[in-house]
Amino acid sequence: MAVIAPPVPVRRTRRLPSWAPWAVLVGSLVLAALIQFLGEGPTISGVFFIGAIIFTIAITVTSRTVEGERLSKDRLATTLVTLAFLLALIPLVSLVWTVLSDGITRFGPSFLSTDMVGVFGNMVEGGAFHAIIGTLYVTGIASIISIPLGIFCAIYLVEYGKGRLAKAITVLVDVMTGIPSIVAGLFAFTLFLILFGPAYKAAIIGGIALAVLMTPVVVRSVEEMLRLVPNELREAAYALGVPKWLTIVKVVLRTAIAGITTGVMIAIARVIGETAPLLITVGIAQNVNWDAFDGRIATLPVYVYRQYAQGGPSADRAWAGALTLIIIVMLLNLVARLVSRYFSPEGAR
Amino acid sequence: MAPAPPSERPVVRTGRVPGRLGNRVFSGISTGAGILILVILAAVAAFLLIRAIPAFQASREDFADIDFMLGRDLWGFVGPLVFGTVISSTIALLVAVPLSIGIALFISHYAPRKLAQGLGYLIDLLAAIPSVIFGLWGIQWLQPLVSPLFSWLSENLGFIPLFTDYQAPARNIMTAGLVLAIMILPIITATIREVFLQTPRLHEEASLALGATRWEMIRQAVLPFGRSGIISASMLGMGRALGETMAVLMVLSPGYLINFFLLQPGQHQSIAANIASHFPEASGLGVDVLIASGFILFLLTFGVNLVARWIINRRAEFSGAN
Repeated sequence: MAVIAPPVPVRRTRRLPSWAPWAVLVGSLVLAALIQFLGEGPTISGVFFIGAIIFTIAITVTSRTVEGERLSKDRLATTLVTLAFLLALIPLVSLVWTVLSDGITRFGPSFLSTDMVGVFGNMVEGGAFHAIIGTLYVTGIASIISIPLGIFCAIYLVEYGKGRLAKAITVLVDVMTGIPSIVAGLFAFTLFLILFGPAYKAAIIGGIALAVLMTPVVVRSVEEMLRLVPNELREAAYALGVPKWLTIVKVVLRTAIAGITTGVMIAIARVIGETAPLLITVGIAQNVNWDAFDGRIATLPVYVYRQYAQGGPSADRAWAGALTLIIIVMLLNLVARLVSRYFSPEGAR
Repeated sequence: MAPAPPSERPVVRTGRVPGRLGNRVFSGISTGAGILILVILAAVAAFLLIRAIPAFQASREDFADIDFMLGRDLWGFVGPLVFGTVISSTIALLVAVPLSIGIALFISHYAPRKLAQGLGYLIDLLAAIPSVIFGLWGIQWLQPLVSPLFSWLSENLGFIPLFTDYQAPARNIMTAGLVLAIMILPIITATIREVFLQTPRLHEEASLALGATRWEMIRQAVLPFGRSGIISASMLGMGRALGETMAVLMVLSPGYLINFFLLQPGQHQSIAANIASHFPEASGLGVDVLIASGFILFLLTFGVNLVARWIINRRAEFSGAN
């Protein structure tokens, strides 16, 4: 976090007073609103868009006339960098807002507790209970596979790994985080196609696909956390005669447990919204499928996609499903951050 | 020296190191887990290849029954898809990289120190949003917003082939590329930010001490140091954009042509979106064709990611930061 204090040069040029940029900002926004009034009437997005352009030009020109070329370039850069950040917030805010406002019409206890059995045509009933259960199943299977696998792989990389094998695994885990989700889906599909034949459809196929995507994420975050554990702790344990494996279990993992929990939860949040691999492996169902090893199963992301594709009253269900999904993802992220904030040992944050 | 009487001998059991069995089991499991990762990666490639081989070997007549191939042979079918994938990712990169550099600079060098971490989380939150929701948002929110912009482009700059003949609604490769840009923004920003934060403090302070403004300091110290980081971050983003399915599937109205009419619907399609849209109905050789295209996508992303990681690792070894 290198925030550098502005230099204190020998001032030969005049500088703008500190309130000047704010004054220019207000002026630009007012001017933008006026321009919009002359046109078709102001909209919030229009005022900000045009206002930002006017501000960028105005502050640069003002600064150039008062402060000279170099400082005006600095002001222009500051403005553009800040604008880039604000611009990136627009999708986030608008996305959350769109999902909230469109999803709230159908979202509620009845949406969360009914499935789609007997819902046809323009009926507005129906819900996503079956899809929520399916998502829990598929994500659960992925977690059961990839959390232990990922943690042990990270332990290998940090505590045991030496030489070419460890180096190869590090690089390939990184590369694996970039595997397209649809390729993971194709892999799980062909795996089960070759092992069990074409008729077999089950939640476990989707679980395997998600596990391929989730494992490298778990490895990366756990590895990072294990590397934060100070070596003095390990050496202290060895000095007391504790064997290496007990040191790892009782000292290293215990010290890093908050960070590991955070990393695992973020990995779950990452895969819980995966759509494409589930679309081609587990398909969709209308009712709750309690058997993870037999039959198609509905999952929340695929449910959202299918409902939206149908249009009509189904689109409302799609938005409500999207709202459910975003609530789950945000909750997971929030709890993950809180865990790392309140449970990590001092100095390891 | 005579050996001590048995009762006074210190209790060191030579030959029985405590926890030896546990050590062996534990290191075995860990190493096994590491190797299993490699096996999984190899299996992904192998299983896809096994199913793709029939499609690679089949002749043009064999493909006649597959309706989504429109009577083309394998490369005539996959070629436009590869083109569509690359062009949508390129649009995404052109938009996302400059924006990401700005955001990363803002977080690392402009924002107040106390806020910086929180602002970083905010950008990371974008990465957590499921792709299907980006698709919904792209149709519902972004499409109407960019439509007037596109028609303005088409009217005023229509003499450039890129922008000719915009047709509403904006279900074209440009909109898809914009959605992709927003989706890959977090990973590019996070990678660039890390590199910028590693800029040697002494370089920055030397620059400021010579009287540079903040922007001049960034141009002299931060950007040259971060150049390879920016390149590898862009490639990581490219890897993500190449394989992204849902946003393209939902936003783009597909076509199988090779051209640069960015604002027209029904011209392009990406590999991933094509698989997702045809896979549920495909059967027999059709499945093999789609898996073959998936294998090509796998090779493409694998190569891009490998080069990106290679650049990052090389930089870590030779950088002046350590």
